[in-house]
Amino acid sequence: MDSKRREVLKTGGGVLALAAVAGILKPGEGLAQEWNKAAFDTKSVADTVKALGGSGSTPSGAIEITAPDIAENGAVVPIAVESKLPRTQAIAILIEKNPNTLSAEFEIPAGTDPFVSTRVKMAETSNVYALVTADGKYFHAVKEIKVTIGGCGG
Amino acid sequence: MSLSRREFLHALAAAAAAGFALDSRSAAQASSSYELPRFGNVSLLHFTDCHAQLLPVCFREPSVNLGAGESSNLPPHLVGGAFLRRYGIRPGSREAHAFTHLDFARAAERYGKMGGFAHLAALVKKLRAERGASLLLDGGDTWQGSATSLWTRGQDMIEAQKLLGVDITTGHWEFTYGAARVKEVVERDFAGRIEFLAQNVETGDFGDAVFKAYTIRSLGGIPVAVIGQAFPYTPIAHPRRFVPDWKFGIEERRLQGTVDEARGKGAQVVALLSHNGMDVDLKLARRVAGIDVILGGHTHDGVPAPVVVSHASGKTLVTNAGSNGKFLAVLDLELRGGRIAGHRYRLLPVFANLLPADPEMARLIATQRAPYTGKLSEKLAVTETRLYRRGNFNGSFDQLILDALMEAKDAEIALSPGFRWGTSLLPGEAITFEQVMDQTAITYPDTVVTRMTGTTIKAILEDVCDNLFHPDPYYRQGGDMVRVGGMSYSCRPGAKIGRRIGDMRLRGRPIEADKLYKVAGWAPVAEGAPGESAGEPMWEVLSRYLRDKKIVKPRKLNLPRLVGVSGNLGIA
Repeated sequence: MDSKRREVLKTGGGVLALAAVAGILKPGEGLAQEWNKAAFDTKSVADTVKALGGSGSTPSGAIEITAPDIAENGAVVPIAVESKLPRTQAIAILIEKNPNTLSAEFEIPAGTDPFVSTRVKMAETSNVYALVTADGKYFHAVKEIKVTIGGCGG
Repeated sequence: MSLSRREFLHALAAAAAAGFALDSRSAAQASSSYELPRFGNVSLLHFTDCHAQLLPVCFREPSVNLGAGESSNLPPHLVGGAFLRRYGIRPGSREAHAFTHLDFARAAERYGKMGGFAHLAALVKKLRAERGASLLLDGGDTWQGSATSLWTRGQDMIEAQKLLGVDITTGHWEFTYGAARVKEVVERDFAGRIEFLAQNVETGDFGDAVFKAYTIRSLGGIPVAVIGQAFPYTPIAHPRRFVPDWKFGIEERRLQGTVDEARGKGAQVVALLSHNGMDVDLKLARRVAGIDVILGGHTHDGVPAPVVVSHASGKTLVTNAGSNGKFLAVLDLELRGGRIAGHRYRLLPVFANLLPADPEMARLIATQRAPYTGKLSEKLAVTETRLYRRGNFNGSFDQLILDALMEAKDAEIALSPGFRWGTSLLPGEAITFEQVMDQTAITYPDTVVTRMTGTTIKAILEDVCDNLFHPDPYYRQGGDMVRVGGMSYSCRPGAKIGRRIGDMRLRGRPIEADKLYKVAGWAPVAEGAPGESAGEPMWEVLSRYLRDKKIVKPRKLNLPRLVGVSGNLGIA
């Protein structure tokens, strides 16, 4: 275990705050476009794809979702998505059964490795879609993540 | 200490002279049952899921162990006659008793108790002495399952593991003593003696490894890698508070990396010491390349022969070595030119009356038990019927727990977890406090009374049933169905979640979706579960019930009406 890294990060918040005060980082800098409110309000996978500008999407084996089969805690489910599709422009994470389908959308600037990792909240067992925009087309991979009551007995 | 064959026979004779149940016939059988001709140049000895049973026990194997989807009618989902036919075991034989539920009470009288660490130790010593280079692997679930293990937080078992000569272990119920306790044992008691391996436990924040993932041991000059795989669903199956900062999971990709690394360092054998459960191991064997053998546990399946899984990169042997100290697995490997050229596998039943008790281990057990013998031996009642737990849907000991809960809590419905541990009793035996603890000794034993709607009860039953019968093995957590008291229901294992449970009735009347029912249970997993009255451990409730009844009469098991399982080889 790397305890030094943990220490650096503990104090690191201060360094970042200083950088912001010094005007090195402006709040909101790096946000390529406006908050897509319509997309984050959608209630189904099909509507989300539409709100993100697609008319439908194709299943792809070049998208890999790394996530638990059964969530240890539905409130913080770790999900990583990697796209091997050429010219990947965006990666979105959709939770079919959540009240609002779209959990996250990441813009992938040219020259960036299309890999994102985040944590999402899930109310119940659901299919989770990784929706990738590549070369103007829409592709997806899907994985079921169970949110269970627990208790096993083995 | 090692034991030659002659010393072993001498010890047997001494045991017989000391009045152990060893007639000349069984002594002869003993020397033949445990004669394993040496084969190959590397040996892995393996036991798993002993659940802290230091003394010999009776343990009835399941009469219902249904396989879902692709697992249907395949090992380990065979019971009774189908099991005997598959493995060519003669009905009525010792082996038939060890591996199946058939004629349980009478066969148990005839063949005696099984397991016990003193007898296991004698067998381990004999086999290791006969073999050139060997490792003894303990698949975990070693520190939980008895009163003494609970009261010493696993210390009695830790001492026994050390004396037995365990080389490598991994964990599941061990974690229910808390992260700090596991770390303390690994760093203090096990240091330099036993390696605790788990490639699939990491810190929740940065994903750093918590335990060593693998080890490479030189056995007669041959590098052998053993990788540890802890129970992947520990924080889901048990209260999260025990391991708040650790993340578990199957972690296929990291496992592949670990296998490749071990091979890169020259390992000629790669073994996975796994607490995944057999269905999970069978799927994993198809997806992770380069593992020669998965020595498995968790699901308590006593499987006499490995399942050979073929895949693009070769073959993987998948085993499961039963539970409660009933079995010792012996895998002999022949290595030639850096490759496995052949193997022999035996899952040896440990019959206490065919094996001498190792004196050192017997002394250790007596010392560990001494402070508690008075409390343990309290006779609470006598049973007129066999009492057991194991099985997909219910067992007579669980029915007793359900009946005690409903009576003590004045509840119309009771729920009890489908644990796979818990020893068995024969008709006419006294039920002692120790045996009550064999069914209930956990670190979250609280009984809880809750008002639940019919909808909630259905959701719980569906959820647990999906953990058992999900078509994808990776979603199977390895326990049995929650035991239900008071309410009848039907179950269709082959359906999807939400459609398995039906026809829920209380005293013949359909359960109503929005009506509230008073439900008693124990072992709550969710944090801060809303209970009307929490507290009193299950063993107190059951002990009081037994003291009051004095005699346990045969009782009807509340079993679901099963749909769509006719002809399945997993039900007798």
